[in-house]
Amino acid sequence: MEEKKDKFLAPENEVRQVSAPDGSIIEVDPLKDYFSQEKPEPYKVGSGPVENFLNWARAESLWVLGFGTGCGSIEIPPLVTPRFDMYRFGVQMRATPRQSNVFIISGYLAIKTLKRAIRAYEQMPSPKYIVALGSCTINGGMYYDSYNTINRLDQYLPVDAYIAGCMPRPEALLAGFAELKKLIKAGKGHKANEYVENLEWYKTNQKKIIKDWNMPDYNW
Amino acid sequence: MQKGINNLIEKFGASDLVERRSGLSFITVDQTKAVAAITHLKDIDGYTVLSFITAADWIEDGKMQLTYMLNNPAEVAEIAIRVMLERKKEAGESMETIHHLWPNAKKWQQELKEMYGVDFPTSPGVNDSFILEGWDDMPPNRRDFDTKQYAEDTFFPRGGRVTHDPATYMREQLDPKDPQYYTKKKKKDINS
Repeated sequence: MEEKKDKFLAPENEVRQVSAPDGSIIEVDPLKDYFSQEKPEPYKVGSGPVENFLNWARAESLWVLGFGTGCGSIEIPPLVTPRFDMYRFGVQMRATPRQSNVFIISGYLAIKTLKRAIRAYEQMPSPKYIVALGSCTINGGMYYDSYNTINRLDQYLPVDAYIAGCMPRPEALLAGFAELKKLIKAGKGHKANEYVENLEWYKTNQKKIIKDWNMPDYNW
Repeated sequence: MQKGINNLIEKFGASDLVERRSGLSFITVDQTKAVAAITHLKDIDGYTVLSFITAADWIEDGKMQLTYMLNNPAEVAEIAIRVMLERKKEAGESMETIHHLWPNAKKWQQELKEMYGVDFPTSPGVNDSFILEGWDDMPPNRRDFDTKQYAEDTFFPRGGRVTHDPATYMREQLDPKDPQYYTKKKKKDINS
């Protein structure tokens, strides 16, 4: 059997030949042809009253990606439902990264999940924010010596706000959102730019632990 | 004694019977006879459900133990077949597959290969990654795998982790001048 070049490459991402509608045979390299190869660029940060207005608008419409990564995601359902009702603060859940601008990393993050989290984060439109929930994202928490969960989230993705605790209650999450709103209104919520500017450093760290990197470098 | 155990002892030379409670027994079968014994239990004695296969690493004894938990729904009885494999220094103990008896066994076996390094040749997809993706170190559930060391080398530990004995720490926090105050007071109260 012929040895594969990249043993982790998923079958659907292998270079293959397909027949076009006119009958000609063309070669498809999914990683090159189906994804953008361009490097991401930081978005422009304005100034003055218009920027202040935009920041206010961003802060008052935090749309959260419905992606629970760890045990902390159990705190999200009470937050959405009437008891804590985060909708009154302009925070709501969205089903896809393309519609959301807040990513709650809720608790421990396994390497396998980190890979998906990176993909989801990169697909979110800027400006975007990450809220790290629970002590696992800060220093590993009770999983500090686990072979399979990361210790510090800020080495792999830029974090805007941390919410400490194991687990933090929904009130703590609301306080975290309030803190995030303050940051955004003060014009300090541009971590997405930081990520793009230091992309190489982040990618080096990510690839150090994600050994089966079988996706494009930056997922648009 | 529950159904099937006499057969195991007489026909398959099973030993070390441990009856935990009525309807739950553990018994050790030789590696070469294990699959035959399991087939016998499934086809004749009514243990038709494979609950799980798991492993335990007896590093001091140089053994790798496999446990096949079989369930008999009609009799509400469970029997665990233990198989002791010779433990190898590098992973790669070999055991016969039982996926021809229960198709779901191949997933258990795939997991055992990944987490313990116990190989099941001819089990379909046993070498595919299951829980860990792109793992290139020793199987992590083997006892000689140092998970703390691995985490320190691989991730970026944040400094400043300290551990306190909760009782001492609380006393110090409550009264830093006399940490033993509350202990003494308690004793006095008991004496008086």
